[in-house]
Amino acid sequence: MSVSDNVKIDMTQELEKKPPPSESDGQALSDIIAPAEIIRIAWEGIIRNKVRSLLTMLGVIIGVAAVIIMIAISAGTEATIAEQIEGLGANLVFIQASFGRGGPGADQNSPQLVYEDTEIVAGVHGVVGTLVDQTTTQSVKANGSTLTDVPLVGTTPDFPSVREVDLADGRFFNETELDRTAKVAVLGADLAVDLFGETDPIGQSITVGTTKMTVIGVAAKRGVVGNTDFDAQMYVPITLVFDKFLPAQFARFVGDRVRIIYAQIDKEADMESVITQIELKLAAAKDVTVDELPFTIQTQNDIIETQGATTEAFRNLLAWVAGVSLIVGGIGIMNIMLVSVTERTREIGIRQSVGATPNDIRLQFLTEALMLSLVGGLIGVAAGVGGAIFFGAASDMRTVIVPGSILLAFGSAAAVGIFFGFFPANKAAQLDPIEALRHE
Amino acid sequence: MIKTPIIQTHALRKIYGMGDIQVKALAGVDVRIDEGEFVAIMGPSGSGKSTLMNILGCLDRPTDGRYILAGEDVSVLDKVQLAKIRNRRLGFVFQSFNLLSRTSALRNVMLPLVYKRDNKLTPAEREEKAMAVLEAVGLADRAHHEPMELSGGQRQRVAIARALVNDPVLLLADEPTGNLDSRSGEEIMGLLHDLHGRGRTIVMVTHEAYIAKQTERTINLRDGLIETIKANGNGGAK
Ligand SMILES: Nc1ncnc2c1ncn2[C@@H]1O[C@H](COP(=O)(O)OP(=O)(O)O)[C@@H](O)[C@H]1O
Ligand SMILES: [Mg+2]
Repeated sequence: MSVSDNVKIDMTQELEKKPPPSESDGQALSDIIAPAEIIRIAWEGIIRNKVRSLLTMLGVIIGVAAVIIMIAISAGTEATIAEQIEGLGANLVFIQASFGRGGPGADQNSPQLVYEDTEIVAGVHGVVGTLVDQTTTQSVKANGSTLTDVPLVGTTPDFPSVREVDLADGRFFNETELDRTAKVAVLGADLAVDLFGETDPIGQSITVGTTKMTVIGVAAKRGVVGNTDFDAQMYVPITLVFDKFLPAQFARFVGDRVRIIYAQIDKEADMESVITQIELKLAAAKDVTVDELPFTIQTQNDIIETQGATTEAFRNLLAWVAGVSLIVGGIGIMNIMLVSVTERTREIGIRQSVGATPNDIRLQFLTEALMLSLVGGLIGVAAGVGGAIFFGAASDMRTVIVPGSILLAFGSAAAVGIFFGFFPANKAAQLDPIEALRHE
Repeated sequence: MIKTPIIQTHALRKIYGMGDIQVKALAGVDVRIDEGEFVAIMGPSGSGKSTLMNILGCLDRPTDGRYILAGEDVSVLDKVQLAKIRNRRLGFVFQSFNLLSRTSALRNVMLPLVYKRDNKLTPAEREEKAMAVLEAVGLADRAHHEPMELSGGQRQRVAIARALVNDPVLLLADEPTGNLDSRSGEEIMGLLHDLHGRGRTIVMVTHEAYIAKQTERTINLRDGLIETIKANGNGGAK
């Protein structure tokens, strides 16, 4: 029996001109196997290599958690600042030495914002109250017990009305006591209990640093506003703070410098014109033009807005940092997927040998990358929300979880998975069945 | 009785290496195998047996020449079309089994059904069908075992079940008993005879003359060419 016997003679000449097989692996989208099956295959690929899958997800987990935590921290900071500024009282303007000019580090020749300016501000029509404060921390001895690091607020008699603090017992100090540097103190509600317990503190003597004082009042509970625990601090005349606790070197010549003067404006008055009046009076007192006056005068809204703008910039920066960490996470997925494709070359060959098309293989690995990043994203959301809550509870940082940040982080994780999964998936799809099967 | 050809090749050539060193793995092979035949391919190592099987199995494409599988010219098809042919019309059994590790025998057998695109089966139907084929190769009780938990002979039977599950027109086996001890090898041959007895067309590569003798015809390859084709005097040999 010869070879030719076995070959049919219908191999006509025309067949010799066969067209070259097309190299494209193009395939209609409708020509895919059941999506449920693709998901199942991808899922099996993931759980068959739990450790590797976890490592792959790690970058995404960290990235997503970072986005959520960072946005929560900056939103918390923003909320604290707004609350703090609003908590100062109502209808306030803030007179501050501009940084580097009248303020800290300014040369001695430029006008300074000093305690004595309070009176000038108070004299402006439409100003119903003024307030300066100067806070230090001191140790306080009373009744045989000693408390350290008690916030000591030196201020003026308008404090209770401007800052909306009521008196529970006794009274606040008055102008006379302020002028005479009287050694009198008003205690916050909790501080009074810490020092005296059940005993009535009014009229009792306490030692602040080395200065003996008499308690004349106890404030009603006000709670924590922003970063300030009103109930833990004590109030004394600001003159006493300048005299005993923060003696300034040049006070004799220029007066006692203050950082900020608060002025409460009549509700009926026009804010802008009152501010203009304050500027004119201060400029006159300092013997400079209004333009030369090195002070910044702002309303509460001005401050909230500028703070809002800076925290927003900060938040954007954090979002970018977090975004970069997500991309790093994506590169992690790509790396490990590439390793995975190499390690699983034989599996790919086996699938091809029973009929998997390049698209089937591509979809399998793409789905795997997407699922890894979605599962990583879910774990990251849990870690991020948990982390934000933990940070808020365990530190004095405040965190506010922004729902949008969860969507943003999760969405980016999915996008990253598809984007960085594409290259490895393509590599897998293009493997040649014979070479893939021969792979060890 | 007119025989229907399953395999017809014409001047099939496969040349490896594009540079200076070219290996002519197949140097022009013309072969015809009819429906229901059981054919062995023999030849020294490196004679092109696997190369021929891979082309017949649509895993590889010839450099030159034609291959008509059950009336369809598959030498002009692209990768996607070849994948579909492998899935619908061919069953391939390898020397090294090529089962998915850490995957049950049942799911291994189901694999070709997963990639089937016409008359798709539901998952339950797929499982049922795979189970039936596993039963036919005598492994129903091992369906949920992974390859690691099976003997070589059992693994090869799972691989044969996988090759059969889409009811192919042609079963190709490249040294299916090469990795098995002689007793398991006999078992596999028994199974192939059984399949042949029920009308399956089978082409098998083997090193062992006594195994080749059990088939109807033996094709001897040497240096990429058919050296001899001889009938073994069994069954319906020509
Ligand atoms: N991928 C390849 N690249 C280069 N040469 C190859 C490749 N595959 C096979 N060959 C060569 O082709 C010839 C035939 O190989 P093969 O078909 O595997 O032979 P057999 O299966 O008969 O032992 C051998 O010389 C072999 O070295
Ligand atoms: Mg071989």
